[in-house]
Amino acid sequence: MKKASFIAVATAATFIATAATAATLDDVKAKGFIQCGVTTGLAGFAAPNNEGKWEGFDVDFCRAMSAAIFGDPDKVKYTPTTAKERFTALQSAEIDVLARNTTWTFSRDVNLGFEFVGVNYYDGQGFMVKKALGVKSALELSGARVCVQSGTTTELNLADYFTANGMKYDSVVFDTADEVREAYLKDTCDVYTTDQSGLYAQRSVIADPEAHIVLPEVISKEPLGPLVRHGDNQWGDIARWTLNAMIEAEELNVSSANVDDLKANTKNPGIQRMLGTSGDLGQQLGLSNDWAYNIIKNVGNYGESFARNLGEGTALNIARGLNAQWNKGGILYAPPLR
Amino acid sequence: MTTDVQGSVTGDSIFRDPRYRAIFYQILVIALFVSFVWYVGHNTAINLEKRGIASGFNFLSQPAGFGIGIVLLMDYSSQTSTHLDVLIIGIINTLAVSISGIFLATIIGFIFGVLRLSKNWVVNKIAAVYIEVIRNIPLLVQLMFWYFAVLSVLPLTKDSIQIGENFLINNRGVSFPAIIPSNGFWLITVAFLVAIVASIFIRKWAHKRQDLTGQVFPVLWASIGLIIALPVIASLIMGNPFTVNYPEFGRFSITGGWSLEPEFLALLLGLSIYTGAFIAEIVRSGINAVSHGQTEAAHSLGLRPGITTRLVILPQALRVIVPPLTSQYLNLTKNSSLATAIGYADITALFAGTSLNQTGQAIECIMITMIFYLSISLLISMFMNWYNKRIALVER
Repeated sequence: MKKASFIAVATAATFIATAATAATLDDVKAKGFIQCGVTTGLAGFAAPNNEGKWEGFDVDFCRAMSAAIFGDPDKVKYTPTTAKERFTALQSAEIDVLARNTTWTFSRDVNLGFEFVGVNYYDGQGFMVKKALGVKSALELSGARVCVQSGTTTELNLADYFTANGMKYDSVVFDTADEVREAYLKDTCDVYTTDQSGLYAQRSVIADPEAHIVLPEVISKEPLGPLVRHGDNQWGDIARWTLNAMIEAEELNVSSANVDDLKANTKNPGIQRMLGTSGDLGQQLGLSNDWAYNIIKNVGNYGESFARNLGEGTALNIARGLNAQWNKGGILYAPPLR
Repeated sequence: MTTDVQGSVTGDSIFRDPRYRAIFYQILVIALFVSFVWYVGHNTAINLEKRGIASGFNFLSQPAGFGIGIVLLMDYSSQTSTHLDVLIIGIINTLAVSISGIFLATIIGFIFGVLRLSKNWVVNKIAAVYIEVIRNIPLLVQLMFWYFAVLSVLPLTKDSIQIGENFLINNRGVSFPAIIPSNGFWLITVAFLVAIVASIFIRKWAHKRQDLTGQVFPVLWASIGLIIALPVIASLIMGNPFTVNYPEFGRFSITGGWSLEPEFLALLLGLSIYTGAFIAEIVRSGINAVSHGQTEAAHSLGLRPGITTRLVILPQALRVIVPPLTSQYLNLTKNSSLATAIGYADITALFAGTSLNQTGQAIECIMITMIFYLSISLLISMFMNWYNKRIALVER
């Protein structure tokens, strides 16, 4: 009888097999769409519009990947994730790529097993308070109750900043940005802290935006970018160069408006390589050669996407600032496509 | 393989013997189960490694680095405290709200359970409406209601409702004076404990005396007197060894004093009022289960209605009440994990939430959290089973 149980264990042991990690690109092509993780709703970055279609800066990145792979920007399915759920969703392969204003940090890159493919928005953490409080600087916030979203670098920076300045605070932690905003508006806390872009986004949907002020202090570096799982370099490359192509396109003044014309007529070898009229960059990625053309034609370059979702004239009204091209006073700098 | 078959089975294979066959299949099932668990664990470990995700419990000793809104009984600093401290704070916070919730829900439940049986039509219907409304609205919605609709529309800090001089209610919670112990406070604590022990002995003595002489001793009043008087005397002897810290208006909210945060209050109210409705039904059914003949018999012996309820009806009803009451206590404790929706820092929000996310150790964090809920539920069950045995009908 002992023998029997040994045999049972031994048989089970021999059947051990670990799930083979197939190439993500093949999986995506087979199922016919990209599963893209986005926020549960942050105006300008990712939020469903009146018709229920997802829109925003991060959504544009998902659409660009879809355009690069399928030649069609709409082959994306969106999974709304909270800050808390997002990493597990990516680790467990529930989503193929996470484009969810996520800060690139060491531990996320190394310890969590992810690969950040670049930075699509240079941000920093800020504070928003009600104007009525009369607070002019974050250094006056000692003793305040601070509303913050759970599972973010924001929580850590907040603790660091207050400790470094010898100030005290009470934190109230919620799962989604909407809950944080609700608690802030109901005056459950004095301060709303998150990345400044997030503050502007939230202020844009408040009924009375003028009654709230974003304090001048920026207390952290928050390079936000899309990320994929470690271990599938081809998929990582596609994501990385999708982003770089959008940035490079802006630098080369290639936009959705003139891309057809340039494809046919340009003499610029850089643009020719990018649009696939010369060279084989697309094929090297395992895509068709007009991958970047499809991105620019269907989604636009980085600047177009920024202007459409975040820039001046939108409800968020964010200046390009750090996110301008390197030759225009910003730090946006794509490696050459060659 | 020295364990050999006993001689009783002649010739036939031992597989024909039902006794051995039964053992064989049980071992087989256990072996399959164990190997399945091992397989899942092993597979997970390999896949984690493949994806480059660190595993293990080392993260518990890493500094947490984030702030916590509600910290009881401990010192916490975001720079030096570890994720283990976060776990402990989460456990304390969960226990704090569960224990006070169980206490409050029991009181609410018993009151409304009895009111539900009242012959007074209005009282009866009020209890009925409470029970039916509360039981049929999801708890999460009720928590949102308390937090976002009730507590947050209380006045702002500067317009706080003041009760007396130092008791303040506003949308940031409830503040009241804090007692800060100084040298010599130990005597007050000792006096308090002595008073409690003494009360227990007085109760036993009074029982004995009543059995012997029939005289009734006012145990309740004597105990209350002791519990108040002894610490007061101790305090006077040591020359009031404490300072009182009064709540004051700060720039943003009340500073000083003790305060109950709105998150805690909303969770406590939500949990106890919700669970109280279920307990009320359990109490009602328990009392209904005691035959009316018992009441009539007690009355015919000349017992007054109060004593009849306390000494005749309730002890018998408790036998019916306690087992389902236990599962309500378990429900309340487990439901406290909904805290995360209204920003209360319980173990689920803190450890299975923020810590998990900052370290990425999903499996470890969730496992520890599950083990905690499991152990606390088993402890409550054990206690209630013990209590149930104690009050069970002893048949002679």
